[in-house]
Amino acid sequence: MLHTFTVNGDYLAFDSETQALVAMDYLPWRLLEAFDAFTGEGPDTAALTRIRLEFPDQADAIAEIAAEIAALRDDEALFAPPTEVNLEQLYPEKPLIKSMCLHICHDCNLRCRYCFAGQGDYHSGMRSLLSAEVGKQAIDFLIDASGKRHNLDIDFFGGEPLLNWDVVVELVDYCEQRSAETGKDLRLTITTNALLLNKEKRDYINMHFKNCVLSIDGREQVHNYMRPSPSGADSFAPILRNIKEFVAERGDKEFYVRGTYTHYNTDFASDVAFLASEDLQQISMEPVVADSHEPYALTAEDIEKIKTEYEKLAFHYVEEKDGAHPYRFFHFNLDLDEGPCAYKRLKGCGVGTEYIAVTPQGDIYPCHQLVGKDEFLMGNVSQKPNQLNPAITAQFADHLVPDRQPCQTCWARYYCAGGCVANHYQATGSLDGIYEQGCELQKKRLEAALWVKYKEKEKELAREQFA
Amino acid sequence: MKHLNLVYGPRKVYSVSGKACGECQTSCQSACKTSCTVANQKCEKLKK
Repeated sequence: MLHTFTVNGDYLAFDSETQALVAMDYLPWRLLEAFDAFTGEGPDTAALTRIRLEFPDQADAIAEIAAEIAALRDDEALFAPPTEVNLEQLYPEKPLIKSMCLHICHDCNLRCRYCFAGQGDYHSGMRSLLSAEVGKQAIDFLIDASGKRHNLDIDFFGGEPLLNWDVVVELVDYCEQRSAETGKDLRLTITTNALLLNKEKRDYINMHFKNCVLSIDGREQVHNYMRPSPSGADSFAPILRNIKEFVAERGDKEFYVRGTYTHYNTDFASDVAFLASEDLQQISMEPVVADSHEPYALTAEDIEKIKTEYEKLAFHYVEEKDGAHPYRFFHFNLDLDEGPCAYKRLKGCGVGTEYIAVTPQGDIYPCHQLVGKDEFLMGNVSQKPNQLNPAITAQFADHLVPDRQPCQTCWARYYCAGGCVANHYQATGSLDGIYEQGCELQKKRLEAALWVKYKEKEKELAREQFA
Repeated sequence: MKHLNLVYGPRKVYSVSGKACGECQTSCQSACKTSCTVANQKCEKLKK
C-alpha cells in the first residue's frame, strides 16, 4: 500500500510492502497521490484533468512523471501487492515466554498525576514490596517457561524499584547464578524515577544492568507539575542531577530517559530539546494514555498541535545531529535496511504469549498495563507445575496483525504491529478494539521518522559528494 | 530528468530475515512501555 504524506514542507511517499521511500516535488506528489494506493491504477480522468488544470504548462513533465510512476509500479517498487502471510511457516513453534516485567515494588516515592499504576499500588489500595523468595520463583518461572529460548529479558519495574533495593541486589545475584547454571542469557533492565539513584546504586546498575530507563518529563515546570512527591514537593532538581550523573558514568551502555507528554505540554518538542541540551542523549517521549475526563488527557483539539510538534521535533533532531547536542529519539530509530523479521512485525510485543508481568504477590498478568485486572489474571509463580491460564493465553495468541481488520488497510501496520493491545483494551473495552488516538499519533510519528531517514540520506549523499 | 527520488528500498518487509527465531527483545522491554514502534527493534541475528 502506498502512503503519500508531507513533513516540514517535503513531499514523500512510502510503500508499506517494499519499504520504498520516495522524495519528490509537489507536482509528482500530486500525481502519485492520484493513483490508487493499493493497486497503483490510475489516475482517473477527472483527477488527471484537475492536475493538468492546476499545472497548465507542465504537460510534458506530467507525462514523464506518469511514465516514471508506471515503471516503479511495474518493478513492484511501488504499489507492490501484499504478500500472503503464513505465520505457521514463518514461526512454526508455539510462542514461549521470554520476557518478564518484574514488579519489585508496588509503592512509589512520587505521586505522578498520570500514573497508570495508581501512583504505585496499581489501584489495589495496598502498597507492597516483592520478597526475594517470590522474586526467585518468578525468575525460575521465566526460565522454565522459556523452553529452548536463549535470550531472556527481565525489567525490574515498579512502582519504584529502588525502594526495594536489597531485593534488587539479591535478585540480580540470583539471575547471574541461574544464568550460569542454565546457559540462558538473562538481560536485565531497570526502570526508575531516579530519585534514589545515588552513587552506590549507579555503580551497581552500570555493572549489572544491560539497559536502564529513567523517567523525567523535560522542562522543570512541566516535570514538577506532573511528577510531585507524596507531600506535593518538587522532584525535578534531584532527579535531573542524579540522571545527569548516571548518564555521565554510563559510557556506551544502553539507557533511555523517558518522559510523558500530556494536554499541558503539547509543545513537547521543547521538552525533548531541553533533555538533549542536558546531554541526555537517548530520549523517549510518550503520549499520556488516560481516561478522557482527566484534565491532563489529550483532547481531540490537541491532536493537530501534536502532529505539528512531531514535525518540529524531527527538524530539531536532524539539526542537532550536526549540532552541539546530538541525541537519539527512540521512535525515530527506524531501520529500513535491517529491521525486524516479518513475524515480529505481525506479532508485536508478545503480550500474554511471550511477555508477562509479575506482581509482588507473584500474580501473573499478560502485561504491566493489565496488572490488577481480574479478567486477565493468568496464574501465580508459586503454582507447580508452572502454567498459565490457557483461556487467557489464547485470547492473546490470536492477536496478530493479519487478524485485525482495521490494520488491513493501514500503511503503518508493519511498523506498529497493530499497536499496544493494553491501550486498545483500555480505550474500547475490547482486545480487538482500536485506540484511534494512539493510532493517529503513531502514524504521524512514523511519518516524522521516515522524514528523518530522508534527511539523513540527503546529508549522507551531500557528504559523499564533497568528500 | 528524474522526478521521483528513490531514497530507500525497495526491500520487501517479508524477506528481512526469513524465518523467525524468537530470540529478539520484546518491544516493551526497551523504552516506552506504552506505545511500541516495533519496527525500531533490532534483529538478534543481524546484531551479531
